[in-house]
Amino acid sequence: MMRWLDMAQFNLRLILKHRFRTSMVLLALIIGVSAVNLMIGLGEGARLFVLGEFSFLGKNTLIVMPGKKETTGGMPPITGASPRDLTLQDSEAIARLPAVKRMAPLVVGLAELSYQGRVRESIVVGTHADFQFIRQLSLRQGRFLPASELHLAQAIAVIGPTLKRELFGPEPALGRWLRAGDRRFRVIGVLESKGVALGMDFDEVMLVPVASAQTLFNQQGLFRVFAEVRAFGRVEATRAQVIQVIKARHDHEEDITVITQDAMLSAFNDILKTITLGVAGIAAISLLVAGVLIMNVMLISVSQRTAEIGLLQALGANQRVLLQLFLSEALILGLLGSVLGLLLSEVVLAVGRFYFPAMPLHSPLWAKVAALGVALTTALLFAYLPARRAARMEPVAALNEEKGV
Amino acid sequence: MSEKAPLVQLRAVDRHFLLGDQTVKALDQVTLDIHAGDYISVMGPSGSGKSTLLNILGLLDQPSGGEYVLDGQETSGMSEVQRAAYRQREIGFVFQAYHLIPRLSARANMELPLMLAGYPAKQRAERVEPLLQRLGLQARASHLPRQLSGGERQRVAIGRAMAMHPKMLLADEPTGNLDTRSGAEVVALLEELNRDGITLIVVTHDIELGKRAPRQIKMVDGKIAKDLILTAKAHPA
Repeated sequence: MMRWLDMAQFNLRLILKHRFRTSMVLLALIIGVSAVNLMIGLGEGARLFVLGEFSFLGKNTLIVMPGKKETTGGMPPITGASPRDLTLQDSEAIARLPAVKRMAPLVVGLAELSYQGRVRESIVVGTHADFQFIRQLSLRQGRFLPASELHLAQAIAVIGPTLKRELFGPEPALGRWLRAGDRRFRVIGVLESKGVALGMDFDEVMLVPVASAQTLFNQQGLFRVFAEVRAFGRVEATRAQVIQVIKARHDHEEDITVITQDAMLSAFNDILKTITLGVAGIAAISLLVAGVLIMNVMLISVSQRTAEIGLLQALGANQRVLLQLFLSEALILGLLGSVLGLLLSEVVLAVGRFYFPAMPLHSPLWAKVAALGVALTTALLFAYLPARRAARMEPVAALNEEKGV
Repeated sequence: MSEKAPLVQLRAVDRHFLLGDQTVKALDQVTLDIHAGDYISVMGPSGSGKSTLLNILGLLDQPSGGEYVLDGQETSGMSEVQRAAYRQREIGFVFQAYHLIPRLSARANMELPLMLAGYPAKQRAERVEPLLQRLGLQARASHLPRQLSGGERQRVAIGRAMAMHPKMLLADEPTGNLDTRSGAEVVALLEELNRDGITLIVVTHDIELGKRAPRQIKMVDGKIAKDLILTAKAHPA
């Protein structure tokens, strides 16, 4: 039986000899393989980018919202009035649950801020001391909201760095009083710059105690309650407890929605994964085109090499050897094309990372394995028909087909 | 003639082809014994069945009827794999058109049967080097077929046929494409191999070449018209 190394060498000589048809087949394979790898790389990059944007909370944080949404996952009911408000007393009940480590209520509104004639419209968030840990905020100056009684409407504020610059300029902001709507707040802290996370730019917000925000906006209902669970394994159980506690307080009506960050993320994750696979599937069609090209090239090769096939038969090559010989030629072409295609797409992804550092443009290992696998399978499948035609030739007919050299 | 069982026994062998709705009898009731070490020429007009006979002897083609016993084995019972394996080990072919692989050097062409049989490179070189020497091709070993003369190409083809040390050498018009001088060289080479013990069967149009063989078969219309066996004295060589 012919040795694999000899077979590879025999085929390599053939492949090098027919440079034009080799380069055509390789080009088709390179386009196909790199398209698959690139599409998956881009899709994965987009997915990780979006997940990164959304994972601003710790893994074990529950988000409690007023109103009931029947399906899990997807976006929470941001608008839509609920019949019953989520109150500060409700949030205190949640905080009393033994599994809840930290709790931060949230009231959000828009207010006009001013300091010595400089006016700026800004988001004002009413919350509590624990919010600093739940959202992992750090301070540049001063201190965060104190852990005082929830109902205490102190006239103090923590502002984002952009807001500080725009209202105070180079002047120190700590200890100064700024005006928000018809009230005044004393600045007790300035946040460290954090950047945008899911539409809320903490560089531009003002944080005040939750009771202060309630009076500022004349609104009793809470926008959200964040609850951090002590242990990750108890997230689901605690979620049920929260629903139960609020239900008991709301005349046994389940009128809140509690989501975990995981539920939200997995919904996005599923959508983005599906898109990635869909796009990769479309790219894989280009590999099919490469396969058809391989088949045609091989069919031409078989008919051109008829006399050679006859000779190989005379020299003792049986059908299986001929089949192996022709299939291994396709395999070598497939391997070469796949490796070059992977290299090309990795270079493109690296260039993409250079220009868009925020996007994690990496194709995972499975993408490379899949692209390689599909390319090799295509090459072998489409080479099979020509290879079988070669193997089944009648030796006498093949030898008499044309005169050799 | 040897007392041992013949290497080749053909019994009433037919080979029919369908040409449109007409059956052509390329071989018609051919009965023939060939002993190991024989030197036989097969002559006859075009279409008389000489090449068909050679193809059947070389297991490249199968009889439509009759019996072909080769080396004590009834060939109709052999599988495709067994036939290929026997060809590989025991039969060397020399063609009028050489049938060298154009992208391989002379040496690589001669190594081809050894490569197909799975010999490692070192053993291939050990087999082919003495052949190159004997055929006077050492200086041409790295040349491609198109860089060789017709006579050199046919010598490479003979080297390839001999690489596996076969029992039988089948030559179909080996001098057909060669000038007189190169043809004579090739014939001398084939006869030398026969004197070393190989069974040599030469199909030819060339009467001069055909007459050199101690046994001369003439074919007409698929039948053996004449089977002339010369005594050792009458041997022209």
